[in-house]
Amino acid sequence: MPDYQLTTSPSLRKRHAKEARFKWYGRIAIGLSLGFLVFMFLAIILRGAGAFSQTKIYLDVQFDEQIIDPTGARNPQDLARANTKPLLTQSLSIIFPDVTQRKDKQRLYKLISSGAVYELADQIQGHPEWIGTSRHIWVTASADVDLYMKGKIDTSLDENLRKLKDRDVVWVDTLKAEGKIKKTFNTAFFTNGDSREPEMAGILGATLGTFFSLLVCFAIAFPLGILTAVYLEEYAKKSWLTNLIEININNLAAVPSIVFGLLGLSIFLGVFHLPRSTPLVGGMVLALMTLPTIIIAARASLRSVPNTIRDAALGLGASKTQTTFHHVVPLAAPGMLTGTILGMAQALGETAPLLMIGMVAFIVDIPGSVTDVATSLPVQIFLWADSPEKGFVERTSAAIIVLLVFLVLMNLLAVFLRKKLERRW
Amino acid sequence: MFYKTMTASLLALSLAACGGNEASNTATTETPTTTRTQIKIVGSSTVYPFATTVAENFGRTTSFKTPIVESTGSGGGLKLFCSGVGENHPDITNASRRIKASEVALCAKNGILNIVEVKLGYDGIVLANSRKSALMDLSLRDLFLALAKNVPDGNGALKPNDYTTWHDVNPTLPEIKIEVMGPPPTSGTRDAFVELAMEGGCKTFGWIKDLKKTDKDDYKATCHTIREDEAFIEAGENDNLIVQKLNANPNAFGIFGFSFLDQNADTVQGSIINGQAPTFENISDGSYPVSRSLYFYVKKYNIGTVPGIEEYLAEFLSDRASGTDGYLADKGLIPMNESEHAKWKASVLALETLTLD
Repeated sequence: MPDYQLTTSPSLRKRHAKEARFKWYGRIAIGLSLGFLVFMFLAIILRGAGAFSQTKIYLDVQFDEQIIDPTGARNPQDLARANTKPLLTQSLSIIFPDVTQRKDKQRLYKLISSGAVYELADQIQGHPEWIGTSRHIWVTASADVDLYMKGKIDTSLDENLRKLKDRDVVWVDTLKAEGKIKKTFNTAFFTNGDSREPEMAGILGATLGTFFSLLVCFAIAFPLGILTAVYLEEYAKKSWLTNLIEININNLAAVPSIVFGLLGLSIFLGVFHLPRSTPLVGGMVLALMTLPTIIIAARASLRSVPNTIRDAALGLGASKTQTTFHHVVPLAAPGMLTGTILGMAQALGETAPLLMIGMVAFIVDIPGSVTDVATSLPVQIFLWADSPEKGFVERTSAAIIVLLVFLVLMNLLAVFLRKKLERRW
Repeated sequence: MFYKTMTASLLALSLAACGGNEASNTATTETPTTTRTQIKIVGSSTVYPFATTVAENFGRTTSFKTPIVESTGSGGGLKLFCSGVGENHPDITNASRRIKASEVALCAKNGILNIVEVKLGYDGIVLANSRKSALMDLSLRDLFLALAKNVPDGNGALKPNDYTTWHDVNPTLPEIKIEVMGPPPTSGTRDAFVELAMEGGCKTFGWIKDLKKTDKDDYKATCHTIREDEAFIEAGENDNLIVQKLNANPNAFGIFGFSFLDQNADTVQGSIINGQAPTFENISDGSYPVSRSLYFYVKKYNIGTVPGIEEYLAEFLSDRASGTDGYLADKGLIPMNESEHAKWKASVLALETLTLD
């Protein structure tokens, strides 16, 4: 027993205990943060899952030519604006023949979404041959019916306290018994723009807005950031000026994003008169914001390229520019790309700077280019979270899920690129 | 080799995209007068749900593009609205209060002389708590005493507010800690609450009311200042958050617009104020004391240059939108009565310009 004295030494035992305690602190810290993360994801997913299904009501619609297109001209524009409400009320009367009072009929009509008339008009425009025939169609139910079908309305409450009254519940239950109401996959959520009616609201407009903004952001920030980094790292001589620039870049990375929004407001909108609420300006503001991140990441990866590479290239007679662009930049590219993607992921989640340049807005039309007015995904989440309608609660969470999926994908891409292209020295 | 090609192509791609960008930049700056085909609306977050509903229906039922509605707050909206004429400035601004004389002057300074005022209806401001606790029956005076920074000490002077429970304020009220969540000072809802509820309760003290004639500033400071201790919590602009907090804390009260009460009637209840419950009927006939008018303002100059403004006004003032049974009522707007609605409809469609009296 050689170490008998040592292992029983009280100071050693104390040190071992300290180490064990420290390990436990670390585990608890990780456990707690993982716990919070899991809790957040579960809360969002549980709340948002409902938004991916949508209640539809089965109707037997008579496409009466007298109502849709009395002139018979079949002008597509007129068809798209045809008054289809009578068709829907007629179809409902077929299912509920005993509802005859005007007020009751109005109530009954509210079971289907107020956007259903437009859906139907769009369908007629797409299928003018339907006019004069009768077809079975699934139309979107109203948000209150949808919430009831998803079990989110407590029918044991007094009917004055809920939007769906007892009579409505009886009607919906009748439809249910007859198999004329069902939950389907909510495609509208992925193909529509914003809407005031939760059941009609979708994220396509916001997603494209985000896409165009990030495109502009990348187009500006990536070349500018890389060129700045290459110049500062490879060409510029160390002087008080480059030090000053370096300090400023590091400071810029820590500036709150709303400041960039204010800058965008006064320069891009105020001086250059670029169009308000467009991804063009949004992307430019986001580019200003991500530029420091990209420069810092790019410089770090340029610095990690060993000097032996530069020396070898120069020794073989390559010029400075050849050395830089044939050898150093390609070797630093994985790190630069990773930094850029992480910067873009940060830009993806920004709302504050967009607030200042008018992208926090209700926009129904789906943008087709960077100069069309648009919002972005985080802004859409912000707007829906602030809406009084209850149907937006699950849609807000669903939009968060979509945003998180994009974020995870971008980060995975960054990890993948790093693993795939990284070179260890 | 692979790295080189990749870097080169990425650089080329981004440079090309950048070049394309610059081209479109110059295109927009060179032609700032291209006629805008889409109505631009800014302003109050209270009017936002109603303006967006009308905008959506307008876009769907006419050949015009759907207007863009930005939620900037009443004050911010009027500032943008009055900043100039032309394409880069909004055509319409929503406001949860009437335009001020100073704002009309700002507009006039920037060349906006003819403004059409549109009243769209009413909004009630409610003091709500969770359905799990008892319904509160308050007077405006109780509200003032519970929430003002300084309260009368009974001897014709003011003392710092030291009431901690509702029972301290009025012995008929329950022994519950005063805990009210309300909007921040930047909010129009806060302005209206202060003016209608706080000042309303403040005026019930004769000597403070007399102060209005002698020292208006002092009167305002007394009636309009909300206490800054833990009894009043500024809960931000998100009213859904306040509703959630009320459910979590049954003793707390929240201040927000009627539409949020309407949508959340299953979990929260609006307190009775001066004997009147915040119901649709009581707000619309004016008997509920804390209700305000909602407006929007239109640049007359832009009618004719931006297409669709007149049609948008017609849609907004149609019976199917802002009428007593219109779709805005479903969204929580308290519509005007029929004669008032008809009066506004006539004056707006005739494009009568605003005159402040």
